[in-house]
Amino acid sequence: MKLGVVRFPGSCDDVDALHAARRVGDAVLLWHADHDLQGVDAVIVPGGFSYGDYLRVGAIARFSPVMTEVERFARSGGLVLGICNGFQVLCEAGLLPGALLPNVSLRFVCRQVEVAVANDTTPWTRATTAGERLSIPAKHTSGRYWAPDPVLDELEAGGQVALRYAPGHNFNGSARDIAGVTNAAGNVLGLMPHPEHAVDALTGSADGLRLLESAAA
Amino acid sequence: MTQGTASGRHRELGLTDFELDLIIEKLGREPNEVELAVFSLMWSEHCGYKHSRPLLKTLPSEGGRLVLGPGENAGAVAVGDGLACAFKVESHNHPSAVEPFQGAATGVGGILRDVFAVGARPIAILDSLRFGEPARSARSRYLLDRAVAGIGHYGNSIGVATVGGELYFESSYEQNCLVNAMCLGLIETDRLIRSAAAGVGNVVVLFGARTGRDGIGGASVLASAELGEGDAAKRPSVQIGDPFEEKRLLECSLELLDRGLLVALQDLGAAGLTSSSAEMAAKGEVGIDIDVRRVPLREADMEPFEIMISESQERMLCVVEPERLDEVLALCARWEVNATAVGEVTDSRRLRVFDGETAVGDMPVPALVDECPVYELSPLPPATPLYPAPPRSLADEADAGATLRALLRSANLASRRWAFEQYDCVVGSRTVRRPGQADAAVLLLDPEADGDDAPRPAIATSIDGNGRRVACDPYRGAVEAVLECAANLACVGAEPLGMTNCLNFGNPEKPHIAWQLTRAVAGLGDACRALGVPVVGGNVSLYNEGGGGPIFPTPVVGMVGELPDARRAGRLGFDAPGDAVALISTGSWAPSRTGSELAKLRGEPPEGELPAADLGELRAVHAAVRQAVRSGALRSAHDVAEGGLAVALAECCLAGGIGASVDLDGLGAEALFGEGPGAFVVSGPPSALRAFGAAARVLGEVGGEALVIAGELEVPLAALAEAHAGGLADLLG
Repeated sequence: MKLGVVRFPGSCDDVDALHAARRVGDAVLLWHADHDLQGVDAVIVPGGFSYGDYLRVGAIARFSPVMTEVERFARSGGLVLGICNGFQVLCEAGLLPGALLPNVSLRFVCRQVEVAVANDTTPWTRATTAGERLSIPAKHTSGRYWAPDPVLDELEAGGQVALRYAPGHNFNGSARDIAGVTNAAGNVLGLMPHPEHAVDALTGSADGLRLLESAAA
Repeated sequence: MTQGTASGRHRELGLTDFELDLIIEKLGREPNEVELAVFSLMWSEHCGYKHSRPLLKTLPSEGGRLVLGPGENAGAVAVGDGLACAFKVESHNHPSAVEPFQGAATGVGGILRDVFAVGARPIAILDSLRFGEPARSARSRYLLDRAVAGIGHYGNSIGVATVGGELYFESSYEQNCLVNAMCLGLIETDRLIRSAAAGVGNVVVLFGARTGRDGIGGASVLASAELGEGDAAKRPSVQIGDPFEEKRLLECSLELLDRGLLVALQDLGAAGLTSSSAEMAAKGEVGIDIDVRRVPLREADMEPFEIMISESQERMLCVVEPERLDEVLALCARWEVNATAVGEVTDSRRLRVFDGETAVGDMPVPALVDECPVYELSPLPPATPLYPAPPRSLADEADAGATLRALLRSANLASRRWAFEQYDCVVGSRTVRRPGQADAAVLLLDPEADGDDAPRPAIATSIDGNGRRVACDPYRGAVEAVLECAANLACVGAEPLGMTNCLNFGNPEKPHIAWQLTRAVAGLGDACRALGVPVVGGNVSLYNEGGGGPIFPTPVVGMVGELPDARRAGRLGFDAPGDAVALISTGSWAPSRTGSELAKLRGEPPEGELPAADLGELRAVHAAVRQAVRSGALRSAHDVAEGGLAVALAECCLAGGIGASVDLDGLGAEALFGEGPGAFVVSGPPSALRAFGAAARVLGEVGGEALVIAGELEVPLAALAEAHAGGLADLLG
């Protein structure tokens, strides 16, 4: 499997995502200004502050040349994972429902959180088991998942809620403890916690690998 | 070039009449406006170290693993695998006192540039902060809140982990807060780049942000005089940071170096283009011509002197061979980084400033850099105490349990979670020990190399200093700062390889401040020599005194150490019920209440001699703890510092979420809360601890839901946690 990690100016977790991806397959960086996905089988839109995030998180990146290709890839069923800022970009691009609002504390928070797998049948979670808890760090200022109630009902009914914060771990105030959602088809997953920083027990946890292994399986 | 010098203009710029005469002598004529501005900055305390240079020369700066010493943008030590760790600490005190968010943010930005200017990729930031008493001062709460937000804003946005730091509150910092930032970077040793300009005819390229009027005289002017009335009017002197610009600048700089396109590289910090060009020329023993008209500006009508001294952030200067210029400009364009050829290396040994074809300044480089006047200090111990007693907050009659809770709740000892959770400590995926998990941060050299069962080499880092103890006893207090930092490294199993320091003091022209500075630097030097740790560089921040008198003399010490296998990195918290708790201490360990947190709570002034430290014995005990941690025999290790043994035990319980029962009988009356270097609390299986023989004195065992100190106190874990967690968070919300 060949994974591509998008690199925007201002991406911070691109190299970590690249290294994490290499644990399950081949991986390359995809430059923001290129209309070229280099024939990858899956795309990771990583964390960071794309283009400085000065307008609104993720709002500028979604207009970049590479995102045109990522959108086309996603709509034709390609596997796409958006982590933190990447999740925000995918929401801005309309590939995922909802939006990420500022944390209830209005502060940046960095904390190891536990998320429970809510749907283990998506391409990004199929190596996990429903109810299984994953320990993964989260770190962001705008990670409060929000969507109108009818949309949330629909997401839950359709199995689009892939990951939820375990009780006591929803520090950002996300609606219905949602930590990660997929599109209706399930091939696009966005989540706020950072699986790419949880690939080695020595640095806290290797649970993040489970998501990447799911895609590679 | 005969605009002449309006009388008194030099004084407005901070130059004395003597210094002006010296400038006239070196130029052979009156300086014009550009030259006067350039000299005033190059000869400021911040750039010229004119009151501290002779003292700094006494610090040991050779030997051991040192590969890049003082004088470069950052120093570096070899850390194995052909890698070097470049690191440095720097102050941004005065800007932060005027505008804390941008002051702290640009402090981080500046220290990051120092590290990538030597070619190293920044991997970690630590911050050392001091403010007035948060319970009594709304201004201090504001400064703290905004400084922490500013550090987070910059470090988080640029993707460098903030892995450690320290935070103290004393009323002496009410007017002059201290914001020191330290950065570590990694680089292959043979790829370290220096800042000396070389190659006559080579091109000088300015790249990064455009140059504006922001920050004119920011760090250099603010840092070279006392703050006072009208600080708000200085706000335009504070630089504004843009981490997104710096992120591109960082990646672009490292790629330029990676492709071997640069002859020399230098960041633009205090005094902007002036100091960067002068220092590059001085180190290379060459001259540089700069054409200010080619500098990309934010405002069209800037004067040549403004362009030369602007402290606009996120800029770098490099020297490029003419035939590589196009490649350099193309790479910068790919990263959307402005880059412009603004000058040329010459053999004149002069810094010449042009505005198009017109020469607007012409100065000998040695006069600007190496011939900056140096002033002898006139140290004299103070005749009367310098610092008032703090208000009492704890009665002498308080029992040991109440005292412990009061200490854990006090702003200096309460949990730092409120602050460190605002920093990304995991980016880079190499952080093995995060804040709150151990006495020092531990970072893998290679985060990817976990494929087999081989050791995982790592570095450890910590930053420490206790101004109150230096106020009591400048020499021993400074010795303790070095020991404390080394002790923190020992607790994770790391051996110190190099030290950086930031000397935060009052006005050195006053004899009692000169005395504090002289004694403290002597202490730092002696401690480093005794431990065999070279000083790789640092920074000086003087004139930290507002209306309320001088700050506590505050040497801040940062160290980098190595450990062979991060899989055995030490932890702070007690772990397993039934483990033995032991004290490893020097024979001369003699904790006392002088300068302690308890003395502060009891309203005692910061006065009196600190316990003497036998440096040879301390080096040996550090080595013993380090070896014990490395052997894997221990389950926790923590050094006894502020608040004494009782607080150290409580911290081990809190970090591990488990209680302990101990007996301190025979350790003396001051053992509970007294402070002094040379003691560690460790835990591990009883059989493993017995191997240490008399070196480890077993105090009791891990277990239960309370900290029990026989005959002294019994405090439930929940009560310890409530005091510790709430002490700071409750004040800040």
